[in-house]
Amino acid sequence: MVKSILGRKIGMTQVFADDGTVVPVTVIEAGPVVVTQVRSLNKEGYNAVQVGFGQIAAKKLTKPVAGQFSKAGVTPMRYLREFKVDDIADITIGQEFHADLFAPGDKVSVTGTSKGKGFAGAVKRWHFHGADMTHGSMIHRKPQSGGATDAARTFKGVKRPGRMGGDTVTTRGLKVVRVDADKNLILIKGAVPGANGGVIEICKMD
Amino acid sequence: MSTIIQEIEKEQVKADLPEFGPGDNVRVHVRVIESGKERIQVFEGLVIAKRHDSARETFIVRKISHAGVGVERTFFLNSPRIAKIDVVRRGKVRRAKLFYLRDKIGKATRIKEKK
Repeated sequence: MVKSILGRKIGMTQVFADDGTVVPVTVIEAGPVVVTQVRSLNKEGYNAVQVGFGQIAAKKLTKPVAGQFSKAGVTPMRYLREFKVDDIADITIGQEFHADLFAPGDKVSVTGTSKGKGFAGAVKRWHFHGADMTHGSMIHRKPQSGGATDAARTFKGVKRPGRMGGDTVTTRGLKVVRVDADKNLILIKGAVPGANGGVIEICKMD
Repeated sequence: MSTIIQEIEKEQVKADLPEFGPGDNVRVHVRVIESGKERIQVFEGLVIAKRHDSARETFIVRKISHAGVGVERTFFLNSPRIAKIDVVRRGKVRRAKLFYLRDKIGKATRIKEKK
């Protein structure tokens, strides 16, 4: 059985729980996703499903990708992702999965692409403390030492300024608050990675 | 803001609320759940501010408790914990936020009634 779904982050708001407490939620327009390919242990060496999500004009596709959709006999979709599944017996190409895969109270992990921060300094990127702005400091937000001098080189992986954000980030253990299968909406407690409008993957945790 | 979020917030907005604003005295009936039992607790005081934001709308009620101690509570207008709001008196005020009342005591905190 498929345990994941693709969705689009809409934004955050708050809802009232039954006892009146206020719950911060992220609204996700999840699914429907359509199975475009089934990967089997016999043929590909592992069990998985490839699913598509989101609309796209057919003329925007390259011919190889368009061929994938026409072979599966489904309408073209913008995003294709693969989910591992244990059992592929009851999954057929063209099958749709909706937000009702999930129920309120489910624990999920949410994967998205974090917001790009551009070229960021060491204070912002690695939470360096920085030095005094005044009192003749002259160091301010500089990254400082690159390592010991006896090594006569800088080791790989030393924290330095550079491109920050735009990474694939997974937040685990989030709770589903509400599911609206008619409107394809899932409300998850707390924040999820990425900007509004970004594509995210929701996976049920055991 | 996205229309989807606006719809979700619209669903939570209560329809049967009385109209009130800063300067009005209100009685807020709050549902309190203690040891499994639910009862109603009333908090009566002066509305000194309202923050408007659809389902997230809040208002602050200020009352003078025993020994002249000022007590303020912020309520979510659309919270299911609020059973009822009664408007006791309508006051005539010239500003939306009455935070200046925090620095005043006794006669200086009087507000004229709206006619």
